Amino acid sequence: MSVPQYRKVAALALVAGLGFSLTACSTKSDDGGDTAGGKVTISVDCQPVAAQKELLANWNADVAEFQKQNPDITIKSVSVGEQCNNPPDFTARLAGGTMTDVFYGYMTDLQQVLDSGKAMDITEYANKDTIPTWDSVDPALKEVFTDGGKLYAVPVKNYSMGLVYNKTLFTKAGLDVNNPPKTWPEVRAAAKKIAALGNGIAGYSEYSAGNTGGWHFTSLIYSQGGRVLSEDGKKAAFNDAAGKQVLQNLKDMRYGDNSMGSRQLLQWADLLTNAGAGKVGMFIGAPDSTQAIVSQFQGKYEDWAMAPLPGQTGPAKGTLGGGEGYFFKAGLSPDQVKAGLKWIAYQKLTVGKGQLDYARAKPQNYPVGLPQPLLFTNGSEAQKQELELRTKNANVDTANFKIFEENPVPIQGEPRNAQAIYAVLDSAMSGVLTNPNANIDALLKTAEEKVNQLLAAGS
Amino acid sequence: MAVITAPAPAGHKAPASPAGGRRSRKLRDNLTGHTFLIGAVLCFALFMWYPMIRGLVMSFQRTRRGETTWVGWDNYIRIIDDPSFWIAWKNTFYFTALALVLGFAVPFFVAILLNEFRHAKGYLRILVYLPVMLPPASALFLFKFYAYDPSEAGLFNAILTALNLPTSEWMQSPTMTMPAMVLASTWMNMGSAVLIYLAALQNIPGELYEAAELDGAGIWKRIWNVTIPQTRLILALLAMLQIVATMQLFIEPLILANGAGTQDSATSVAYLIYQHGFFQNDLNGAAALGMIMLVVLAAFSAVYVRLSTKED
Repeated sequence: MSVPQYRKVAALALVAGLGFSLTACSTKSDDGGDTAGGKVTISVDCQPVAAQKELLANWNADVAEFQKQNPDITIKSVSVGEQCNNPPDFTARLAGGTMTDVFYGYMTDLQQVLDSGKAMDITEYANKDTIPTWDSVDPALKEVFTDGGKLYAVPVKNYSMGLVYNKTLFTKAGLDVNNPPKTWPEVRAAAKKIAALGNGIAGYSEYSAGNTGGWHFTSLIYSQGGRVLSEDGKKAAFNDAAGKQVLQNLKDMRYGDNSMGSRQLLQWADLLTNAGAGKVGMFIGAPDSTQAIVSQFQGKYEDWAMAPLPGQTGPAKGTLGGGEGYFFKAGLSPDQVKAGLKWIAYQKLTVGKGQLDYARAKPQNYPVGLPQPLLFTNGSEAQKQELELRTKNANVDTANFKIFEENPVPIQGEPRNAQAIYAVLDSAMSGVLTNPNANIDALLKTAEEKVNQLLAAGS
Repeated sequence: MAVITAPAPAGHKAPASPAGGRRSRKLRDNLTGHTFLIGAVLCFALFMWYPMIRGLVMSFQRTRRGETTWVGWDNYIRIIDDPSFWIAWKNTFYFTALALVLGFAVPFFVAILLNEFRHAKGYLRILVYLPVMLPPASALFLFKFYAYDPSEAGLFNAILTALNLPTSEWMQSPTMTMPAMVLASTWMNMGSAVLIYLAALQNIPGELYEAAELDGAGIWKRIWNVTIPQTRLILALLAMLQIVATMQLFIEPLILANGAGTQDSATSVAYLIYQHGFFQNDLNGAAALGMIMLVVLAAFSAVYVRLSTKED
């Protein structure tokens, strides 16, 4: 073969190869996801990552057991990271349509999922046949995932925020672990004492980046009796006395007392890493934040206790409640939806199985006995069974959460377009936490302007 | 691009129509070249041009409830009305200007310095190039947690304290955010520029320096009168490339400032695109901003193309 001919062949081979590889890209590699010969395959995300050894082993055992019980269903597990819904990744998957058949999302994601047009209405499928405990699932949780009378996701976890505090640091600072702060001025005083321990310890720590600042601002303004959006959800409502008080409290602690540590612009893992290292006296969070501190950030359960969210002059007027659920990708066959619901029922909503298998979790480095989630309606049979099993197998000292449990604060949901609003409010939070001369009025005004603008654009 | 031409086979007969024949012959002659080109064209079409066109289309649409509608200039108006829009441009230009002063001058003088060394040249070049080999994310995390720690435990603050100088909050200080990002970015990227300058410097005929020396020119005069004029095209080209690259500032704010930084002090245009697209459920607004950025960068790129044509 002459050189030019050889080159021609090489060029053709190159193009053919490229063609093949492009075809390979465009071909749906996922051969499952459909129904064949009575067998159904569904892909499900939020499988724990390899670093979460015990959780991953539990998940895999659950899949094996579920498939044994339902030989016609095959579950394809997909892991999407330790934090199953990192907003940018979630958006990318949603925009690209690369989510799994049954995909994990926050309660705040409903709007975005609906806008993408890629979620399925599962109202007619979610019932006692697919989820035996369905009638016991708290209607308020179902409501969060409902739009225009149609259900789009199954709730699998919920939480509300309180004041999480480090008992060891409390003791060291001479504070009473059984009498945690009830008001923000008391939090400030306690934070000052804890920060006085030195060694880089923050008395109180707070988020201000990666949307988490806005998320916590929301809970803080609820505690003041304020709100993020107007009643009709069309205007920002945080630029008021309550919003100003939230930022003023933080500014006073950060620059008045220097009790919040020097490192700011913290996002989710940053604060919990510091907490795990024993460098945080108090922060606001849900009971399961202690789980993250222990299982992911090397902390110890015995260090942590929880109180209700403080208010400005008395108990908090409200606290933020949120949670997670599983959505269904548009275009699934009825059999696939049913299979997905059955799997969620088994792994998330059956007492003694999956996430509610407390006997299995007890010896593991995974907390049993936390006061949440509370998925089932008060007084329902499922709730009775769950609480009984939880108490019997508790491996954390439930006394640490007693004050939180016994003093419930009214729970308020997250605002519409929550993630977008949180991104804006991050800026107000970072303002007071990094600038000693921050102008609170100006910060709130700018944030208000931005939120109003994005609400107008979204409507 | 050089086109590989296949030799015409012996005994080739002239075609009936001279014009059509020329075309078909030309096509046949260049077949190999065109075949090779298909791969590149396909790659560009699929991964560059298609997304660009799609972005342009998206910037005039809005998707709500799975339904896409044409909205004219709405997304552009909304994006320009975003209070962060002008801040992001101001930050981006500020970063670009700072990066030009620091990230442009420093590698040039490092190259001149390296060029002067007689010994350990290779070793020093590797040393300068080393940070380029470090993944940008790792390098930035080093800066974030090690150098820019706002407490006194941070590397830079420890040095400042040792020198009895006031410390800084680095990425948490709105005034230091940009200089700190430029510093990290220059450290990360200057290796490549140094190597390019070195190559250019080595192309300058030694006689010019000898002549200058005979005329009594000192080091500065030699740099000013010989080095800079001899390398000015490379300097101009790299400056343009650098402007286009630095204006796409993204990973530095994302990692060093956890995004927007203190009150938008780190928000760049590229980061604002990301924020709209991935945090605010506004991919259409993000596309509009992307188009605005494209137009601005195209202007700089046009200058680059002119310069590079001049060099040819």
